[in-house]
Amino acid sequence: MAEETPRPETQAASAQPSAAKPAPAAKPAAAAPKAGGHGAAKAAPLATLTPDMQQLQQHFGESVIAPAPYVGVLLQDKSRLPEVATYLRDELKYDSVTNLTAVDYIKDGYFEVVYHFQRSTGGEPLTLKVRVPRPQGNDLSEPVPSITPIYAGADFQEREVYDMYGIPFSGHPDLRRILLWEGFYGWPLRKDWHEAYYEGDTKPFDSRWPGGHHQLAEERVPWADNVNYPPGFDPLNFHADPDAGLYDSMAEGVPGLKVVTKNGYGETTTTVLGNGQALAEEEELRTDQIIVNMGPQHPSTHGVLRMVVKLDGETVTDLKLVLGYLHRNHEKIGERNTWLHNIPYTDRLDYIVGMANEWGYVLTVEKMMGIKPTERAEYLRVLMAELTRIQSHFWAIGFLLNDLGAFYTPALYFITERDLILDFFESVTGSRLMCNYFRFGGVSRDLTEAQLAQVKELAFERIPRKIDELEELLTDNEIVKARTIGVGYLPADRSINYSLTGPCLRAAGVPYDIRRVDPYGIYDRFDFEIPVLYGADVYDRYRIRVLEMRESLKIVQQCLQQMEQTKWGDIQAGKKAYNHRVPAGQAYARVETPKGELGFYLVSDGGQNPYRYHIRSSSFINLTSLKEMVVGHKVADAVVILGSLDIVLGEVDR
Amino acid sequence: MSETVNQPLPSDFPNDPRVPEELRNNVFITTLDKLYNWGRKRSMWPMLFGLACCAIEMIATAASRHDLARFGWELMRASPRQADLMIVAGTVTKKMVPQIVRLYNQMPEPRYVIAMGACATAGGPFKEGYNVVSGIDKFIPVDVYITGCPPRPEALLHSFLKLQEKIEKQSLRTVPWYRPGEDDVIPVPMLGPDLVDMRRAEEIRQKAAAQAQQPVPTQEG
Repeated sequence: MAEETPRPETQAASAQPSAAKPAPAAKPAAAAPKAGGHGAAKAAPLATLTPDMQQLQQHFGESVIAPAPYVGVLLQDKSRLPEVATYLRDELKYDSVTNLTAVDYIKDGYFEVVYHFQRSTGGEPLTLKVRVPRPQGNDLSEPVPSITPIYAGADFQEREVYDMYGIPFSGHPDLRRILLWEGFYGWPLRKDWHEAYYEGDTKPFDSRWPGGHHQLAEERVPWADNVNYPPGFDPLNFHADPDAGLYDSMAEGVPGLKVVTKNGYGETTTTVLGNGQALAEEEELRTDQIIVNMGPQHPSTHGVLRMVVKLDGETVTDLKLVLGYLHRNHEKIGERNTWLHNIPYTDRLDYIVGMANEWGYVLTVEKMMGIKPTERAEYLRVLMAELTRIQSHFWAIGFLLNDLGAFYTPALYFITERDLILDFFESVTGSRLMCNYFRFGGVSRDLTEAQLAQVKELAFERIPRKIDELEELLTDNEIVKARTIGVGYLPADRSINYSLTGPCLRAAGVPYDIRRVDPYGIYDRFDFEIPVLYGADVYDRYRIRVLEMRESLKIVQQCLQQMEQTKWGDIQAGKKAYNHRVPAGQAYARVETPKGELGFYLVSDGGQNPYRYHIRSSSFINLTSLKEMVVGHKVADAVVILGSLDIVLGEVDR
Repeated sequence: MSETVNQPLPSDFPNDPRVPEELRNNVFITTLDKLYNWGRKRSMWPMLFGLACCAIEMIATAASRHDLARFGWELMRASPRQADLMIVAGTVTKKMVPQIVRLYNQMPEPRYVIAMGACATAGGPFKEGYNVVSGIDKFIPVDVYITGCPPRPEALLHSFLKLQEKIEKQSLRTVPWYRPGEDDVIPVPMLGPDLVDMRRAEEIRQKAAAQAQQPVPTQEG
């Protein structure tokens, strides 16, 4: 680890992974807790309680609610979680669970499930932590009560924690793996679980360039491929059912739903679910319900999403989502990477809006390091983020129209405009999509005169005109209106309960925008509004995006004017560095990306790498509410409603 | 038919008595291969199928600025039965690879594959991920690879031109899809405890059995 770096502080870094190394074997892991918290955890300062946390503590008593290390409160008795969650929702008005994740503190011998509760009226989120002892080997841990019945938005997030850590949530309505498949061997985000190409706990790896020669990962591993099997595994005698449990709750009313699975010899097993008798016999005209799999290869699913819909005629009566077809293991890779390494990876989360993702990550790390970017960098960040919002909304509207059946023509108009914005990104950063522009404490490059002229032409001349043109084409278009008004309705209270964020929430009448409710950067210097509409349907989700583009344009214009007062080239606070050291601690920070709230929950143990790197993805959590929006509509509308959510699979599956 | 015009004609061609008077200077002679390949290379139907970031650049390529239609390739079909070209645009995950192999098997021959970008070529920045396949060529044959993360639209266009060059060089006598016997069907990988490539099933079984015999450390690289 980093031996070649001659700095004195690397000693601590090299001590940390070597201490972690014996942990993977089962026995030392069990012994570790006895040694007591290792370094950081023991010395961790306890959080100071906010008034809300104090009220929570008064109500439940200090034996139940205690201050947690660094931030938030710790619930000592996990069986009281539903009670506490209900109190938070009903008395303290924390009406959504904005982030839910877990951290594996292997040296202390427990998992910590972390909840961030949020008020839709704004303010900081309230952090609540619950601990469960680590189990042995690949076993499941003790269950944690599910809060999905209280907060619907916890549904997918709890499933994700179960999938990644093997923490079951008791009382969850449909607890199955979500990003991986049923039957996957192990729980990938546990610290003692190693992927096939595992080389070390943290980068940079020594072995990457041994003796000046490259070494293929395939040559290093026993299976010569990126796979790992349990000892004694027989692929020919194995019966795979990656979708186990998927259809069980959907089978009712479907006559003879056949689920066919296959083993290695190609022999099939057929299970028949449902009997068709469940439909009431007094119905005059009984129709058979059928189950249709849309995706993962389907032109309307915006990537590799799979929707399993149950249809009565053309009407959707049930819907389930199968995710994970683009699960690229951002979080596991992110925990191996150094802090700086992760910036280009965030570009690839929601690959339409790379710049906005970078800001979220950089903001969280800056919060932990306690640094502030320079004035000039702040303006450049706002400029890039708002241009990103405009181009993303162009894209979203274009493809919403695609889903409506206006195949490609509107999209082509908007992609042309988007390309002009990408040209500007490319000239500044060197890449159209994966800009890798933000740095801790600044940005990587300043604008030249020519680039300034380029962006001014766009911001003051071209884009305003094109947005007008877009509205002229679509807003009063009869077909658009007929297809979208009243479709995909989800009222404000349900939206909040589903943790919906972004334009879709604002189209339901909730003025929730991170730029206002939990401000970051320099958004307080600009005169702009948070547009709100009340239709809560696809039409308003389209219109809100148009309004937001206009507001973003206002910000960009003001930004370009105010930027003239800042010093050219002053884009990096402090010295440029490659090897960042982030003080031990935990932080959750979020930004408003064009899709909604993008948050990062980072845990640092003081080393060169994040100890935990969790991404609160807006696309992923917004999908939780899709079922409620779609059920009752025609299958053609399901496609449109999905389009109005504007998901990007890179961020859904991560 | 610009290529064939430049071909030298038989020296007595214009005066050959077998050619009727009204057809002289209107007849071109070429080989069947050339004619066949010339038609095929300009009417590729790619499959409308994107995986990740590269798909966005693929759409940008099809849009008005880069305009794929100039090459006769614009007709993207969502059904593999109607497509002859699969552009693997993005990271191939273990969960997705059975579907990709199945789609490939469903495409009628002649069929071609472009591996677009670093991920589809070799796993790219996500190679070490536990759910990522180190390149689609571990499962299906690839004709053209493109570098980049993601490749620019121009790079994708370049790969199309390269593929056209490849098609030009093919001959009806040697192409695999006119050989006797049944078509090759690639066995669809299965999702077990990890991705199982069924072509390697026997090898996996033996190795795993050997591992079960000896008490290896629980975690091995």
